[in-house]
Amino acid sequence: MSAEEHKDIETTGHEWDGIQEYNNPLPRWWLWTFYITIIWGIGYTIAYPAWPLIERATPGLAGFSTRQNVADDIAAARAANAEVEAQLAGADLASLAPGSPVYDYAVNAGAALFMTNCSQCHGAGADGAPGYPNLLDDAWLWGGDIEAIAYSVRHGIRNDQDPDARWSEMPAFGEMLSEAEIGAVTQYVLSLSGNADDAGLAQTGATLFADNCAACHGENGEGNRDIGAPNLNDAIWLYGGDADSVTETITASRFGVMPPWGERLGDAGVNALAVYVHQKGGGE
Amino acid sequence: MSDSTPPSLYAAREPVFPRRVYGPFRNLKWWIMLVTLGIYYLTPWIRWDRGPNLPDQAVLVDMAGRRFYFLWIEIWPHEFYFVAGLLIMAGLGLFLFTSALGRVWCGYACPQTVWTDLFILVERWIEGDRNARVRLWNAPWTLRKWRLRITKWVVWLLISVATGGAWVFYFADAPTLARDLFTLSAHPIAYTSVAILTGTTFLFGGFAREQICIYMCPWPRIQAAMMDEDTLTVAYREWRGEPRGKHRKAEGADQLGDCIDCSACVNVCPVGIDIRDGQQLECITCALCIDACDDVMTKIGKPRGLIDYLALSDEWREREGQPAKPIWSHVFRPRTILYTSLWALIGIGLVFALFIRPEIDLSVAPVRNPTFVTLSDGSIRNTYDIRLRNKHPEVRRFKLSVVGDQMLVLRIEGSHYSSVEVPPDTAELKRVYVTAPGGSAPATDDRTEFRFWVEDLGNGERAHADTIFNGDAR
Repeated sequence: MSAEEHKDIETTGHEWDGIQEYNNPLPRWWLWTFYITIIWGIGYTIAYPAWPLIERATPGLAGFSTRQNVADDIAAARAANAEVEAQLAGADLASLAPGSPVYDYAVNAGAALFMTNCSQCHGAGADGAPGYPNLLDDAWLWGGDIEAIAYSVRHGIRNDQDPDARWSEMPAFGEMLSEAEIGAVTQYVLSLSGNADDAGLAQTGATLFADNCAACHGENGEGNRDIGAPNLNDAIWLYGGDADSVTETITASRFGVMPPWGERLGDAGVNALAVYVHQKGGGE
Repeated sequence: MSDSTPPSLYAAREPVFPRRVYGPFRNLKWWIMLVTLGIYYLTPWIRWDRGPNLPDQAVLVDMAGRRFYFLWIEIWPHEFYFVAGLLIMAGLGLFLFTSALGRVWCGYACPQTVWTDLFILVERWIEGDRNARVRLWNAPWTLRKWRLRITKWVVWLLISVATGGAWVFYFADAPTLARDLFTLSAHPIAYTSVAILTGTTFLFGGFAREQICIYMCPWPRIQAAMMDEDTLTVAYREWRGEPRGKHRKAEGADQLGDCIDCSACVNVCPVGIDIRDGQQLECITCALCIDACDDVMTKIGKPRGLIDYLALSDEWREREGQPAKPIWSHVFRPRTILYTSLWALIGIGLVFALFIRPEIDLSVAPVRNPTFVTLSDGSIRNTYDIRLRNKHPEVRRFKLSVVGDQMLVLRIEGSHYSSVEVPPDTAELKRVYVTAPGGSAPATDDRTEFRFWVEDLGNGERAHADTIFNGDAR
């Protein structure tokens, strides 16, 4: 239809370069709904935190606070978990059955605690890093059963804060052995896991090893968990299994430290971490 | 431009008082109302025995349990594509009907139309037909007017409560929830849902009516894009009806068209338009004006169809006195055939997918932090999170195995066996270790493809999933 046929239809009265606009009035309820939303919006900013001030926003008359909501939620979660937490704190870890409510709780709580407290050194996947043990494999410096893991977590390793911390110290042989002798011991140590480059040198190192190292690491380099002496004939190397790394370890020694977590996390937290780490694939 | 007072940009709703009408389309709409309302109100009460541990409601959306039950079909969250498929079918179905028959959904089956129709029916029972309602509207607020209005509102409210009430039964066991609702022990969410739907039904069906279609619903705008000149839609045969006029003998009635300007079509219109003004956004094609006009045409002895389902492409034919094309030639055209084929294709696909669904299933997520672990004997271990699904209503024992490389050995965390029990109707998450001895091909290759098999030890049913073993390729 042409505009001619529509000339009796009301326009808004606006005209731009000869172009006019038909008046298609909005329904009045729409207008009222719009006003109501404005009034609602004003009421909302009065009832709820809204206007930003210098220190903080206006608090609102309804007393609503997301911060308080979170605090309430956390308190509610704590209260709901209080019973199972108490059971976990007093649990006999060795006899805790997988699939039981306490065990399942421990796995989940331990995962959260691990991410917060342990993953910085041991990695989010618990696979460690040079100097920080991989917790997934089957090699354990101080023991891999659940009680031993709990002890390591509770008291830590080579720290001054906890008198019960696991403690051992390897001497720095750089002051006692010559470079050539250390090179020979290195080749012998590598030969224990079948990785020596120089069989002759390794032969020389055998005597040196028996005199200086076997007391802690065992005659065949099998290690000793009572004093945290690593097994030297397996495929796991905490600081690297190449000749340079092993030479470095013998010359200057290593002194890995782990803080005690018992006081900070409590019995339930320590037990949760022990259960979590134990079921990651390497637990004994 | 020197305009004095600008016109108001807002207008109050013009009340609409649709008159009672009789005819085939009205009867069809009564039947559709009966069927659709029947389906809506009664479906949750149909029982369906699924055996122990499972709900016996034929149609149930179990949000908490994350299950959707439809007769013998049970949909798990990972099968949500069935719902997506049904939604696509519903969309294509609407496209099909719109391109063939215009806004037929709006006019016959849309809940807004059905409930408004129901509310108008109640209105007519209580306040009388159009003329009585117009009189009552204009009458002062006497005791009688209050009585009629309050009666009407109470009946509307009862229908609204029943509407809101029926909705919640789709989400919980209907008899239990009904008892809880009446004894005031149901969950607050149930009451809130009922209250909100009661409010919207009351407001939309009783007061907003055509305003919903005109101002709120996007569908009329979308539909306009799906119609074309072959779409059959409600229209006025202007070439036959005009010039309109009262057929009084003295005034040269032989010069006039068939339209006697009786306003029957306007009076029955539930959206308050005059179909003789042509296609309009407001028109929901409910076809009540066809019934009204046919009735009048019969009375004055003219052929029916002054207002009728018409295709625009027939307009010039009829103006030139040619017969209209047959209806099937309007309906069967490439567009509708395409919509129908797509619709059927997806439907067949869904039915096919439904029948090949296994009763046991697994999905494998390799743990990638770290991708592998070296063990003290030099062997390489990979870890997998495996979700085992048991859709049977009883406990099943599933045996897991790996196929693809002889060297790969499987172990399930916390278990000495290669089989696990999965409780009925559950998905069980298990951590599984696969180890390759040091120096073996999978341990030294970058990636080795292999397959997890899960077998139901009860009936031998099997399912599999392919994945990758990461070796230490340094």
